[in-house]
Amino acid sequence: MTVLQAWRRPLPWGNLVVHLLLLACVAVIAFPLYYAFVISTQTVDEVLARPPVLRPSTHLVENYAAAWTRSHMGRLLWNSAVVAVAIAVGKIAISMLSAFAIVYFNFYGKHLAFWMIFVTLMLPVPVRIMSTYEVVGNLGWLNTYWGLTVPLMASATATFLFRQFYLTIPDELAEAAQLDGAGPLRFLWSMLLPLSWANIAALFVVLFIYGWNQYLWPLMITNTESMQVVVIGINNLIPRTGTHIPEWNVMMAAAIMALLPPVAVILFMQRWFVKGLIESEK
Amino acid sequence: MKRTFFRNRWLPYLLVLPQVAITLVFFFWPAFESLRLSLYRSSPFGGNDVFVGLENFLKLLASPDYYASIVNTFIFSFSVTALAVGAGLSVAALASQRIRGLTAYRTALLWPYGIAPPVAGIIFLFIFHPSYGVLPYFLSFITAYEFYWLLKGWVAMALVIVATVWTHLGYNIAFYLAGLQAIPGSVLEAASVDGAGGMRRFAFIVFPLLSPISFFLVVANMVFSFFETFGVIHAVTQGGPGGATEIMVFKVYKDGFIGLNLGSSAAQSVILMAVVIFLTMLQFRYLEKKVTY
Repeated sequence: MTVLQAWRRPLPWGNLVVHLLLLACVAVIAFPLYYAFVISTQTVDEVLARPPVLRPSTHLVENYAAAWTRSHMGRLLWNSAVVAVAIAVGKIAISMLSAFAIVYFNFYGKHLAFWMIFVTLMLPVPVRIMSTYEVVGNLGWLNTYWGLTVPLMASATATFLFRQFYLTIPDELAEAAQLDGAGPLRFLWSMLLPLSWANIAALFVVLFIYGWNQYLWPLMITNTESMQVVVIGINNLIPRTGTHIPEWNVMMAAAIMALLPPVAVILFMQRWFVKGLIESEK
Repeated sequence: MKRTFFRNRWLPYLLVLPQVAITLVFFFWPAFESLRLSLYRSSPFGGNDVFVGLENFLKLLASPDYYASIVNTFIFSFSVTALAVGAGLSVAALASQRIRGLTAYRTALLWPYGIAPPVAGIIFLFIFHPSYGVLPYFLSFITAYEFYWLLKGWVAMALVIVATVWTHLGYNIAFYLAGLQAIPGSVLEAASVDGAGGMRRFAFIVFPLLSPISFFLVVANMVFSFFETFGVIHAVTQGGPGGATEIMVFKVYKDGFIGLNLGSSAAQSVILMAVVIFLTMLQFRYLEKKVTY
């Protein structure tokens, strides 16, 4: 039936070996997170102990509380959530609309619009950073949610995905809608949108993670503590110089808080995540 | 292909407007501005831009720092790509055996993708910590080498590579798993009847059938490591020690945003633009292949 069946047959002992190898892979991949968690529950003395203590201790609450207050974690997490949701929703909304226009209308300049959207693939933030910064500055958007999100909302891949999806929808559906007297917006709202939920959910997961993990852009256009996102804000806790108390326990507590929301989104929406990952790249 | 088209004079323009407006204002205009700036020597405080032609580019070509950043970028991107794609294929080949608990394994292998590279970098910063980290501690039984990332360039480089691979491995595993599931079992059955063992079937059938995906993943990983990994460098090493982890994207930021050398930064942006155009074109060759395949 599948590859997998065909592979397995000559190796009756193979199952166990495969399980052991996979468990080893999982252990190696999970170790850094486990280690970060363990450190986040220890005292500084335990963190510095040699040989290293590799099991959790009892200081979880105080370390997380320290990380929370010292880095204004509440505000950082809130900003990251706003940015991630706004980028994901914004990208999906404007991509749906433009894909709808491109598939269901004939208009002058359609190919130009499509081409322009396509070319954005070749203009990632780093290749236009200074000038984009200037544009956002001129708009007065530095240190605002607008500045953090709107410039990242154009999305060629999401537009392609919706375009591909609309192309698979039979023409008869639009014809029937027209016969019933539904206009294009009505059709988009009552037919295409409900049919697109699976795609939307999948894209949302991938784009949420993309938005949450943005670094260069927020670093440039925010310089006030109250507008910073968590991925950047936690850097202040890294014990860099010898004069600091090496509070890696507090640092790791902050790192865990910063990485938990996107990882939780993956775990809870695993099905959609894989679909979104693979579809958005095709 | 015949489609049903709605008729409306202005609605389609209104529908594409948000996307096109953002594209023009935040993508095209800045890109052209970068192109223009790359030909000027400009003062950071506005006013007198002087046209200097290709001087910014010539200066870059004569600059050992710039060569160093190119070399660093290649070491970084090639290592990340080779490790993440190679390990991704191996793990996916294992995880696609017909065994119980496949979904659980897949989840357990995928989740690091949610972790931002800079956050991963901070975790590995501690794992690599010369006096408290767990890695130097265990390695000290094998070698007397000092893993001092603040002084040794290659240790810092290894640190950012490992952190980046950790977050990106799941992406490649997801693609390879999807690709492996798409291979028709009958082909392998036939090979198996002809007496080909597991290894031979993998080498002569599975691997060639996966080559379009491998090609795509190599390019996608290159794009990722070129353009999406600024954060891990900035958060963890700041390009140091002694410029050892200063990759091209980091240098664009440093020279432009910190050093206010706008002309040089713009020229570097233009060079990066050429790289990303090249890589995007490569990616499209994969798409073409996929259509015929």
